[in-house]
Amino acid sequence: MKGLQIVVLGSIVPDPLQTLEPIAGPTGPALKNELMLPAVLDPWAGHALYEAASLAKKVEGKVYLVALGPKAKLQQVMMNVAQKVPFEIVVLDGPAGGFADATETAKALAGAVEKIPGLDKSKLLVFGGWQSASRGTGAVLQMVGEMLGITDQFQGVDELVLAEDGSFTVLERIEGGCYQKSACQGAPALLGWATGNLPEPPNNPQVGMQNMRLIMPALAKATPSPLKGEGLRYASVEVPSQRRDTRIVKDAPVDDIARELADWIRA
Amino acid sequence: MTDENTSPQPEGALPEGFERQRMDVDIACVGFGPAMGGFLHTLSKGLMNEDGTPVVESKAMPGMPPQVICYERADDIGFGVSGVVTKGRGIRASFPDLDLMQIPLATEVAHEEVLYLLDPIGASRKPLALRLADKALKALGLTKDHAYALPYTPNFLRKEPGILLSMGQFNQWAGGQIMGQGVAQIWPGTPVAEPIMFDQVVAGVRLQDQGVDKRGNPEAGFMPGMDIRCQLTVVGDGPVGNVGRKLDEKLGLPLGNHAREWAVGMKMVVDLPEGCQLKEGTVLHTLGFPEPEIFGFLYVYPGNVASLGIFVPSWYDSPVRTGYRYLQHWMQHPAIWKHIKGGRMRSWGAKSLQESGRKGEPHLVGDGFARIGEGSGTTNVLTGSGFDEAWTSGVLLGVSVLELMKADKPFTRENLEQSYVRRRRDSWLEREAKAAEKARDGFQVGVVPGLIGMALTGLSEGKLFWPGASKKPHERIPSIESFFQGRITADEIAAIRRECTAKGLPLHGALMDRAGWPAINFDGQLLVSHQDALLMGGKVQAPPGYRDHVTFKNQNVCRTCDEKVCIEACSGQAIATNPEGGAPLFDREKCVHCGACIWNCSKPAPNGGESANVDFQAGAGGLHSAEN
Repeated sequence: MKGLQIVVLGSIVPDPLQTLEPIAGPTGPALKNELMLPAVLDPWAGHALYEAASLAKKVEGKVYLVALGPKAKLQQVMMNVAQKVPFEIVVLDGPAGGFADATETAKALAGAVEKIPGLDKSKLLVFGGWQSASRGTGAVLQMVGEMLGITDQFQGVDELVLAEDGSFTVLERIEGGCYQKSACQGAPALLGWATGNLPEPPNNPQVGMQNMRLIMPALAKATPSPLKGEGLRYASVEVPSQRRDTRIVKDAPVDDIARELADWIRA
Repeated sequence: MTDENTSPQPEGALPEGFERQRMDVDIACVGFGPAMGGFLHTLSKGLMNEDGTPVVESKAMPGMPPQVICYERADDIGFGVSGVVTKGRGIRASFPDLDLMQIPLATEVAHEEVLYLLDPIGASRKPLALRLADKALKALGLTKDHAYALPYTPNFLRKEPGILLSMGQFNQWAGGQIMGQGVAQIWPGTPVAEPIMFDQVVAGVRLQDQGVDKRGNPEAGFMPGMDIRCQLTVVGDGPVGNVGRKLDEKLGLPLGNHAREWAVGMKMVVDLPEGCQLKEGTVLHTLGFPEPEIFGFLYVYPGNVASLGIFVPSWYDSPVRTGYRYLQHWMQHPAIWKHIKGGRMRSWGAKSLQESGRKGEPHLVGDGFARIGEGSGTTNVLTGSGFDEAWTSGVLLGVSVLELMKADKPFTRENLEQSYVRRRRDSWLEREAKAAEKARDGFQVGVVPGLIGMALTGLSEGKLFWPGASKKPHERIPSIESFFQGRITADEIAAIRRECTAKGLPLHGALMDRAGWPAINFDGQLLVSHQDALLMGGKVQAPPGYRDHVTFKNQNVCRTCDEKVCIEACSGQAIATNPEGGAPLFDREKCVHCGACIWNCSKPAPNGGESANVDFQAGAGGLHSAEN
């Protein structure tokens, strides 16, 4: 099926290994020094973007990345991401810290998708991360689909095989390490990607240059999306606990180390 | 300028079916730091008319604005590592309305102090003159917390009024400003393999291959590094940058110049404990401890945060000069520890500094290229200042390139000499660098002559100095046995070497223990193991698909090397003892790309010259902390 329009929803998260510390900010919970922390494209959305680009290449389709996040940080992250695969970006200048209301976020994203010039829902596939490194509820993507009137939704996708007539089959992750194989008649559909099967593409300077010609103007005319969060109340906020004990043990036999690790895992 | 029919240096054989792609731009820049920030900001500002149209047209893509691309090796332009104290003359000239509030961790210098640190442990190798000075200071009751605060900060060291910055945060801010100007594109995560040269003409750069194994052999996803061809290559990749060093190898340095003096800066950013008495904007310079050759600094950022660290120079003639453990001893000096005890490490990292200053200046320009920043010899070795100088060198090149583009003149050596080099020679940068040129010569003789020499040069504004002839770095390094002569016997060293080699450990820990340095009691907050510093502080990572960027030119030389300084001095413990003998092992996932291995090798390169037996290429990855 030629001319697919693939819209990837994805934003930024703190670079892995950064120390995250929730604090109470003036507008609600926030991460300490969040603006100073280096950011990356949410890895789950990254998988979706690479799968989208791969599919678009096969069907002469077009990829849009709709990103809701602080404009300055998005610009920084695009310096890396834009070298990977060709896409056009739609920028919503707002928070991306993981503390925004899922419904409000979904509304902003769905609105931005609707406004993409020349959008043809009969050719629309909405991609996103099945989970998010900042919003692990999996709720936003589903809600965006509902708001766009897309009823064919798949979550935990690792593979999409498109047929000539536009129909496709999907492998979704289910319990017990198994896959559920589904058949769909075609677009519009929404797919929340797991890891997919593609490696991270290498940096391609030509792709970067082409992308950046559209990315910088798109950043310049980003739509302000402050997400007010009215009526939202957080009972408590915490990041997953990390435990680090540094201990130096000399000449420990391998069996002892293995036993200790096994005990720790069991505990 | 280039002969399209001839090939550049021998092409690496590509597997069948692969072709090296080529992209043409107008200006290709290598390395994003303060110098490149100055260049790109100046260029961007001058290349566009007020109505948004370009002042000149691209030659690479006619009809388009000039195509200006900057490639940075690190995974983000903010992943530098340094606290900066600067007079900020160049920055303020570029940004007359500079608002420090816009740059995280930036503030004005409010108080500056120089501390001479005594040795509270008794393990330091202080020479007799300094030991006597220590006793005199104590006897006179002039010390507090084993430190003597100089009654004033000499003018040549003073940065007040000035600015405190985090290099990483500044780079992010400057990069954002430049990208927003819409002329230049900055691409991090893109290491450059080498300059493309036709004889002595630089015609662009070749990027590193991707999708290769650690030896550089193609694997799945192989993509040969693209050739970026351009009229001008701007080299600002710092002192350990691959392109700058390859140019030096090919072209040599101007007669009488050499880049032999180095230091490794090992640094941390720390959340200071609640109730810390240090005020925002405080600057502490230290000297005297843990070894007399090692200098230290502590800068207080806004928000009760400090950047601190030490510099271990190449003239500290120890074959086991390990920055990390020395940093921990320095932090625990009573005059420092009283401020930071109870604090928490936020980030950590290391960087090599080119300390030759004006003497290390390479050929600043040639046909098709120009050099800026630290790798072009901008660091002022008297004032210990490099940030502002680097920025200013970039600004001077920016103005010159604009002049040449508007006059439609090609980027020949002659034209660049008449524009950029002339401007640089006429600038305060050159005047101050010339005055500082011999400030550190005394350190070639010893630490006391070095300190006296610096003071002489500083107080006489360059008229006086303590003479000392430099040596190539690998020629300076003594054997472990001679360095510890009188303190540890050769038999003991042999036993320590056997034991450490069998365990795959460096020697420095055991040797320092034996020399009287106390063990570090890790607290999990500030004092952590070196490996934890990599993870918790540096957040060190390396993307797959790139070759090892540290290799050993002649492995037989490594096999018989007793010092293996590369292992002892490695800032990230990325170079490790090979328990099976032979060349050391390299783990690129631990490398912080400080480049210390370039100058911490005691064996000359097989082909002679200035360099040693370690080969250091541009690689991807490294530090992932932007707070330094």
